[in-house]
Amino acid sequence: MKPLSDKVLNLKPSGIRKFFDIASEMKDVISLGVGEPDFDTPWHIRDEGIYALSEGKTFYTSNTGLKELRNEIASRVKRTRNVSYNPDKEIIVTVGGSEAIDIGLRALINDNEEVIIPTPSYVSYEPCAILANAKPVIINLKGENEFRLKPQELINAITPKTKVLILPYPNNPTGAIMERDDLEKIAKIIIDNDIYVMSDEIYSALTYKGEHTSIVSLEGMKERTILIDGFSKAYAMTGWRLGYACASKEIIQQMLKIHQFAIMCAPTTSQYAAIDALKNGDSDIQEMKTSYNQRRRFLINAFKKMNLECFEPYGAFYVFPCIKEFNMSSDEFAMKFLEEEHVAAIPGNAFGESGEGYLRISYAYSLESLREAMIRLERFIKKLRKK
Amino acid sequence: MKEELLSIIEKNSRIGLDELAVLLGSDEKTVLDELSNLEKEGVICGYHTLIDWEKTNIEKVSALIEVRVTLQRGEGFDKTAKRIYNYPEVKSVYLISGGFDLLVTLEEKSLKDIANFVSQKLSTLESVLSTATHFILKRYKDHGEILDKKKEDSREIITP
Repeated sequence: MKPLSDKVLNLKPSGIRKFFDIASEMKDVISLGVGEPDFDTPWHIRDEGIYALSEGKTFYTSNTGLKELRNEIASRVKRTRNVSYNPDKEIIVTVGGSEAIDIGLRALINDNEEVIIPTPSYVSYEPCAILANAKPVIINLKGENEFRLKPQELINAITPKTKVLILPYPNNPTGAIMERDDLEKIAKIIIDNDIYVMSDEIYSALTYKGEHTSIVSLEGMKERTILIDGFSKAYAMTGWRLGYACASKEIIQQMLKIHQFAIMCAPTTSQYAAIDALKNGDSDIQEMKTSYNQRRRFLINAFKKMNLECFEPYGAFYVFPCIKEFNMSSDEFAMKFLEEEHVAAIPGNAFGESGEGYLRISYAYSLESLREAMIRLERFIKKLRKK
Repeated sequence: MKEELLSIIEKNSRIGLDELAVLLGSDEKTVLDELSNLEKEGVICGYHTLIDWEKTNIEKVSALIEVRVTLQRGEGFDKTAKRIYNYPEVKSVYLISGGFDLLVTLEEKSLKDIANFVSQKLSTLESVLSTATHFILKRYKDHGEILDKKKEDSREIITP
């Protein structure tokens, strides 16, 4: 038979997978690998989903999503970023933030235009850019900058073909955030060079240093930015598969075409539940955030006590300790840690070359698990240091 | 800090001072001062352990008792409540709105002990008009904890 698509055949499979397969074979493994909240979706949100089902609300919704949901999204975005989007023309409800990344890039890019991707970051940006026939341009962020994007790094990556910058903050896997003064410098370069921004703010609700700042709230940025957020991380609703994108009506119109032909609409039950999440879920976010913050402090303190280098991350639910002192690759370290101590943490290089020498540790786990994991980590690195 | 501190120790009163300080992003001295203040103010009334006695072979019987009370001139509910809560076998006493006045929970070794308490002690109080006793058959959730919870992580492996 004829060969399959070269473009797809050449995509590298995700590096995390292999690692998990090994971990799943072991007994009493403590996993610190999962990138999804350990909380159940708050009951009142689940209840709304159940109610929608029992009322027979099982039809398609409009392509862009339920009007009431878009209204609530507009109101949350206004509440959290002080930017107004027209719910009828500038918001689309998607199947998770990940669909929004895909259709957003496809709507923006012509063949061979360049997409700037700061890494370490979420592993989907590069394949999505490739599938949209773009050329990915990687920025290797630096640990000494706490993995923030620096103006000079951006300038160095820009060429006449640059079309989009992906701005993945709060960041998976580093936990880094960008604050207002960081963003102001970036915004100026973006406007000067006439570039679009895809701001993936799926972790925006989980910011532990003041409130999250979005680049869309800066002058001149709303019209050139696709803002992506969703329900998975903020409301512990990963399995509901629901996200959204906000952008100018020109961009949303084109994203809508891809969405309607490929997806039709986001799941109806999830949309009804999400209305309740947005209306009544702010206190749930606050509660979960308080818990995450306690775990974050616990881990940072544990690293400090065992003298393991780690900058203090203020976002998402990841910490990204540096393991360069052990003269091992991230892969080796993670594998040995898994084999000897039965703790699964993800090698940093799974998120880009610049993650080499680091480890992603998720704190979407109970304090009890984290406590035990830190005992094992300390024992492990003590052994390594002795050698 | 107060609310977060109280929420943590409400769930886990055995947590060490050092860890408590870390979780709160504070220092041990500040946390200790706050704890002593809260104890002094009576906000923290005790440090208890939640036990599922059913999993032991020790017999315990619990009951909820609805109590209707007649008020005497110059005496509120407080006086009757006090008469009741002074019995050591009484675990809690609440003033309730609705069809009755006081809700009393009781823990004893046997059904007979509870029956004796109700008939000989509680019902004989002058201000008690009537009682209705409900035995607890099974405890599903107590103090916010689901007692038979299986602690399984049902998150599947997914990439990315």
